Amino acid sequence: MRSTAVAPSPHGIRHRRLLVLLGLLAGLLLAVALSITLGSKPVPLADAWHALTAPSGTEHDIIIRSLRVPRTVLGVLAGLALGVAGALMQGHTRNPLADPGLLGVTQGAAFAMVASIILLGASSVLAYIWFGLAGALVASVAVFALGMTGGRGGPTPVTLALAGTAVSALLYALTSALVLLDEQAMDVFRFWQAGSIAARGSDVVWQVLPFILAGLVLALVNAPALNALSLGEDVARGLGQNIAMTRAVGVAAVTLLSGASVAACGALAFVGLIVPHLVRPLSGTDHRWLLPFSGLVGAVLLLVADVLGRVVAPPGELEVGVVLALIGAPFFIALVRRRKPVRL
Amino acid sequence: MRLQAASVKLGYGDRTIVDGLDLGVETGTVTTIIGPNGCGKSTLLRALGRLLKPQGGEVLLDGKRIDRTPTREVAKILGVLPQAPAAPEGLTVADLVARGRHPHQTWYRQWSSDDEAAVADALAMTDLTDLAERPLDELSGGQRQRAWLSMALAQGTDLLLLDEPTTFLDLAHQVEVLELVRHLHQRAGRTIVMVLHDLNLAARYADRLVAMRDGRVIASGAPHEVLTEDLVREVFDLDAKVIEDPVAGTPLVIPIGPHRRRPAPDHLVKGP
Repeated sequence: MRSTAVAPSPHGIRHRRLLVLLGLLAGLLLAVALSITLGSKPVPLADAWHALTAPSGTEHDIIIRSLRVPRTVLGVLAGLALGVAGALMQGHTRNPLADPGLLGVTQGAAFAMVASIILLGASSVLAYIWFGLAGALVASVAVFALGMTGGRGGPTPVTLALAGTAVSALLYALTSALVLLDEQAMDVFRFWQAGSIAARGSDVVWQVLPFILAGLVLALVNAPALNALSLGEDVARGLGQNIAMTRAVGVAAVTLLSGASVAACGALAFVGLIVPHLVRPLSGTDHRWLLPFSGLVGAVLLLVADVLGRVVAPPGELEVGVVLALIGAPFFIALVRRRKPVRL
Repeated sequence: MRLQAASVKLGYGDRTIVDGLDLGVETGTVTTIIGPNGCGKSTLLRALGRLLKPQGGEVLLDGKRIDRTPTREVAKILGVLPQAPAAPEGLTVADLVARGRHPHQTWYRQWSSDDEAAVADALAMTDLTDLAERPLDELSGGQRQRAWLSMALAQGTDLLLLDEPTTFLDLAHQVEVLELVRHLHQRAGRTIVMVLHDLNLAARYADRLVAMRDGRVIASGAPHEVLTEDLVREVFDLDAKVIEDPVAGTPLVIPIGPHRRRPAPDHLVKGP
């Protein structure tokens, strides 16, 4: 029984949260080290350090600098982005099963990529990703606009979810029809759909970085408003929060974060669903802690899953999306089987 | 009079619930709105608290239109507690009360000594200091409602609107919450407007009653002026006796129905 336990003081809670923050940062550092050194060709830590600080063109230097570092940085960025986007999404909808894909970004990105290959003849990874990013943003804006027409004075979580489902279904149907027409598009789509952070150069990292940074800033600005909103819309209004503005900032942040990572890494939005559930016992319900913790846990989870995928089936690799689904599904079942459902 | 509604028209979409209603809230009193289900009392309260924008007319706070005043400024003067609010799982009493300080915080200044003091005061006044670190889920219904009132108190507003603060509470907890409301009024000098269902509790704990039916104010004034047998019939379509509450001296409504009447005394019953 928790009621018999001695309640920690507010000071103690703050202290504990700082400790958790340090722990998560240490965990991230460890995951980064693993991601840089482990793989089909393991590199000793000393060689990795050499490659990072004073490269001299050895084989290890090339592997580290042109493959492992961009892959790791992209994993950290996408994990941060998806973890934060998931916590934002669940906070805004007050629904523990909400994930960033609810806004239609995943199907928007998929459709735009496939369409750009078939209709415009796009052929480089960089080009696909630009189109994917644009598709994610457009789909999300469409969902937001559709959701707005249903409710009084701004979209509600219900109208947003309905609009998101409808737009996603339509785009999925169109994408499925398009890929049947073109073998190259089918190939790109298959790999993208599995979800991977491999084989993207540092140019892709630079491409998505500004979007993810902007999304993270908006998310942090949104945190206090989300705390008010978690008490219900009426209470939040009573506390002087502008609901329409809060929702708009939240949707913009989710769109930038999940749109950029989905375009670059494929359908990994699942991360956003499970990470906030892992984080809540550590952070409590305060979004000023929940959002940053979710970002860090998302990054660690994505990197660890990616490393697992590299070592589990040598000499081949398992895509990170597949590993995440294998880890995530049992977790999700446990969540559903919990006797008392989570209430946000 | 700091808060008033001037010929407001209220409704949702095409449905109009209140049309052309005027109401002034007397500063420094506890005003209670009563009336049958669907009479528009909660709708009126929501409009007074700018949770619902009037379709016509205006709500004035300190002489200014409430819908044209920045919502954060309003939140420093006027607190609103909706009916049966829900908090996320695991939220502690102290965290909930601290969130009442939201309108006083900015993104660069999250927590000040003013906030600290207001939260400590609010917890003390609602007798929750010892329960401050307990999650809301573990409290009784009455304690939980006290915690929400404590949050509204920490907001530090002169005016407080409460929509059915006693819903879902048993009688003892209803009295507990209303005693607290009275206490807040006396100790902190707040102007309180609330919606209540129970006429007898409304009469006992209010300085002014406002009786509504079909979106109109039928009567308003001191409880003993408003709560008469005629008014209960007019507002609720209910025959009733109104006697003096033996405890508080306020009006006490005894409903009269066709069943369950006191049997006539024996000497009046004619034998066969």
